[in-house]
Amino acid sequence: MHEMSLAEGIRSIVEDQARAHGFARVTLLRLEIGRFAGVEKPALEFAFDVVMRGSPAEGARLEMIDLPGQALCYDCAKTVEIAHRLDPCPICGGGKLIPQGGDEMRIKDMEVV
Amino acid sequence: MCTVCGCGDTVTADGKPISHDEAHRLGLPHSHAPAFQPAALPFPHVQAGHHHYGTGAAGVSVPGMSQARLIEVETSILAKNDALAASNRRVLTALGVLALNLVSSPGSGKTTLLCKTIEALGEAPLAVIEGDQQTSADADRIRATGARAIQINTGKGCHLDAAMVGHAVDELRPRPGSYLFIENVGNLVCPAGFDLGEDAKVAILSVTEGEDKPLKYPDMFTAARLAILNKTDLAPHCDVDLDLYEANLRRVNPQIDILRLSARTGEGMAAWLDWLRARLAEKAT
Repeated sequence: MHEMSLAEGIRSIVEDQARAHGFARVTLLRLEIGRFAGVEKPALEFAFDVVMRGSPAEGARLEMIDLPGQALCYDCAKTVEIAHRLDPCPICGGGKLIPQGGDEMRIKDMEVV
Repeated sequence: MCTVCGCGDTVTADGKPISHDEAHRLGLPHSHAPAFQPAALPFPHVQAGHHHYGTGAAGVSVPGMSQARLIEVETSILAKNDALAASNRRVLTALGVLALNLVSSPGSGKTTLLCKTIEALGEAPLAVIEGDQQTSADADRIRATGARAIQINTGKGCHLDAAMVGHAVDELRPRPGSYLFIENVGNLVCPAGFDLGEDAKVAILSVTEGEDKPLKYPDMFTAARLAILNKTDLAPHCDVDLDLYEANLRRVNPQIDILRLSARTGEGMAAWLDWLRARLAEKAT
């Protein structure tokens, strides 16, 4: 997708948090990434290492937590969990599903010193 | 807080709440009451007349800092973009401007469609923001129709973001009740994730691209309110099944509106113009 822009977004949030909470260094940063967020995890790990240089999160460990993909099935009107965007409805087999969650990309928390 | 004068209250434009900063963008009258919060002073580790800073795990002292802890952030990575997009949306809504984010792969005919749309809308006030990695070729084509246009070159960037569009809106100063067309960088992936403050995304797809395009790039077609199947005049020459295009679009987005047209021949343009006028009328209420 655009993992460099995402890493820059993370850096900007880290710098804001460092000013607001007054810490010097991030040792661990945990992200929550939805299944439908379109984030290429190895690309984000690479971008994270590069973009955090010179910021409080330089050298920080990056952990990514997967969030499930949820979708509303237009055939049976139920909210179901699916692994891939184009999977059929696990209940009725219908093919028309609209994502209801799983596009999250957020910083959950960070361990700082 | 207002970045122009430093104050932090909310004002209204036409009964709609906007921030102080946005009042500056719209040139509206408002009050100036500076809000200033002094930063906390660093607290030293005191030992019998000896003030020692930076003894903890971090090895440095920063105002207000403790030495090792977990901070709950719970913030979207795109929070800054989303906040700027929300600000753009409030400014555009206060003006009654209909903003459309036109997205597609390169070569689907976005600029030709826009030029023909501008001609067909005649006297209706409108402005255009053009996004491309390089060149002002598209803005030049738009300006040749007589419309106002700003070209944004993103350099290596693969999408427009809300800050770029905000600066362009501030320079363009769209007229109240006008159309604002934002032609995004030709790319079916990244622009799906970046809200610009538009009312709707319009995905343009040409009949030469293959019926499976909506399945290959579902995020963009899920985010779009309208899909335009362009270049229908070429359909007889490329063994294309237009109904299959529509079925695949509805598979990834059951709510999507779909229009078939040819910007070149003008076939189907009337329905697109009706769609635009209906959305602008909704915006005015």
